[in-house]
Amino acid sequence: MELSKEKLLWMYQKMVEIRQFELKVDELFKKNMIWGTCHLYVGEEATAVGACAALNPDDYITSTHRGHGHTIAKGADLKKMMAELLGKETGYCKGRGGSMHIVDVSTGNLGANGIVAGGIPIATGAALASKLKKDNKVTICFFGDGAANEGVFHESLNMAGLWKLPVVYICENNLYGMSNPVSKSTAVKDIAQRAESYNMPGVIVDGNDIVEVYKAVKEAVDRARRGEGATLIESKTYRWLGHSKSDPRVYRTREEEEEWKKKDPIKRFEKYLEETTDITKDELEEINKKVEQEIEEAYQFAINSPDPRVEDLAKYVYA
Amino acid sequence: MTEKLYIDALAEAIREEFDRDPNVFMMGEDIGIYGGAFGVTKGMYEKYKDKLIETPISEAGIVGAAVGAALVGMRPIVEIMFSDFLTLPMEWIVNQAAKLRYMTGGQLKVPMVIRTPMGSGTGAAAQHSQSFPAIFAHIPGLKVVMPATPYDVKGLLKAAVRDDNPVLFFEHKLLYWTKGEVPEEDYIVPIGKAEIKREGKDITIIAGSITVPRSLEAAEELKTYGIDAEVIDIKSLSPLDEETIVKSVIKTGKILIVEDDNKNYGWGAEVLSKLVESEAFDYLDYPIQRLAGKNVPIPYNPQLERAAVPQTEDIVQKVRSIFDK
Ligand SMILES: Cc1ncc(C[n+]2csc(CCOP(=O)(O)OP(=O)(O)O)c2C)c(N)n1
Ligand SMILES: [Mg+2]
Repeated sequence: MELSKEKLLWMYQKMVEIRQFELKVDELFKKNMIWGTCHLYVGEEATAVGACAALNPDDYITSTHRGHGHTIAKGADLKKMMAELLGKETGYCKGRGGSMHIVDVSTGNLGANGIVAGGIPIATGAALASKLKKDNKVTICFFGDGAANEGVFHESLNMAGLWKLPVVYICENNLYGMSNPVSKSTAVKDIAQRAESYNMPGVIVDGNDIVEVYKAVKEAVDRARRGEGATLIESKTYRWLGHSKSDPRVYRTREEEEEWKKKDPIKRFEKYLEETTDITKDELEEINKKVEQEIEEAYQFAINSPDPRVEDLAKYVYA
Repeated sequence: MTEKLYIDALAEAIREEFDRDPNVFMMGEDIGIYGGAFGVTKGMYEKYKDKLIETPISEAGIVGAAVGAALVGMRPIVEIMFSDFLTLPMEWIVNQAAKLRYMTGGQLKVPMVIRTPMGSGTGAAAQHSQSFPAIFAHIPGLKVVMPATPYDVKGLLKAAVRDDNPVLFFEHKLLYWTKGEVPEEDYIVPIGKAEIKREGKDITIIAGSITVPRSLEAAEELKTYGIDAEVIDIKSLSPLDEETIVKSVIKTGKILIVEDDNKNYGWGAEVLSKLVESEAFDYLDYPIQRLAGKNVPIPYNPQLERAAVPQTEDIVQKVRSIFDK
């Protein structure tokens, strides 16, 4: 599984885009420029990007309440994302959805979800459709450790195992569902163990190592595309920031957070690139600068966009 | 009496019920050291570790398990983090909790409370913002309350815990940080009783939950137009206090119902039908009016979100239009 230089640089850029986008959102939140709530993906970038790197552009994903990372990794336009967060008519959902409901049909992104585990049966259904239509597409279903305790997780994986559906379930185990540590919410030690019950492979990866994530997901995607069925991948990672906007993080220690920050997936990938490729520091620096520019443009686009018209309140209720 | 926040009055009721009855306990997500998504159980964990059962994210399982515990003598209070998530345990609410008493010829009872925050106004968008208590009021066997004041939230929670039936308990998020008088002593606010919050002679405004403070505010403003509005807090959708409403309408002859739920098939339609079927019908001198949420999922954009549910100014305007003022 050789990764081309072009692909490696793409992966790096997407991770940086996610990191910088989220930090910008955090800043806007603190300035009260973003309404509602937001769940940020800082620290988990390698999972979304490593996974989406294994997909074709027309493959599908389903995402979660913590969805900005998946959305960017699948190729979304940062301008339309930022505009959505500012509630603007130019946003992906025309200002109707906000952070938890971003969908991008053009990149096969079936959407974030405000309901924990809401996307799991939906991904399963998309995969069922691919099987029925024989369109050779694969669906990646992202969800958290907490989501794996909803009933639909079990119902969905059973169907996918039974019908050998072309879907890859990626559980982002960031050790907590809101304040609840996995050890207090989940009867098994590793969520990947549950794959056995549904007759599919269960794989554990270091979620902060983008190359490892990519390899595991690529294998699962290839397998799914060959018609051999679903895989459950558990990606062990950590969210650096609070669960949502106003989380004092009383349920974990600052030391634990520092430990995980040392495992920064972006820094690790930089090291990997330095050690195993001829990509230079300058090239990476240039990407960082380019992304900074991109984020600023997205922000300017969003802030200068119009709000939806109140008269259009009832538009889009029905198709 | 002292002034307390709605959220504090609610927490006080929970603690006092924990202390009063060893069978009362609570289940829910993040209700331990985190204190619940809105902070209702904040600071309780130290003292009430054994009473606060922190669960995985498994709403169907949580409510189903609460039904089972209730059947064998416990009195569970379940916290569902947002009322939107009540769709997940719907089976155990509608097919189990609501029917078990009747189906078993009175052998079983399900004394449980499901508490849950509802409503828009925080930018949480469509899956975290709806108000739909009316859906549950449609189901025989369930009781449904939605207290609007700190006094009522404490008294009604206690009444709900002590009731032998499943009670759905809706707390509008914007009410948590409102203040009001709350007595120190133990008291109950009866389920199924409405209350006249403001006496008036020209029109009856029937409100519930968040629309109560909005209607009271509107009533003050309506004075400047020479309109003297009576405001009734419905408090309980099931059972519904017909008597209080009917009496008021006989007095005023005009009625406006203000709901935070979206309008179609809303609770206001039920109140309206009760009035039309009652003796109050003969006293009506103006068509019954309803002001309710628009029939849309709650949008994210703040202007749209505000426009989706009745605000104080909408109530003022509606009443003025009735009086051509
Ligand atoms: C059905 C449902 N229950 C509860 C919530 C509230 N909630 C939102 S995110 C969350 C934690 C989810 O944890 P996890 O699946 O591990 O994802 P993470 O936030 O860690 O990415 C909870 C409890 C919800 N949105 N939907
Ligand atoms: Mg988690």
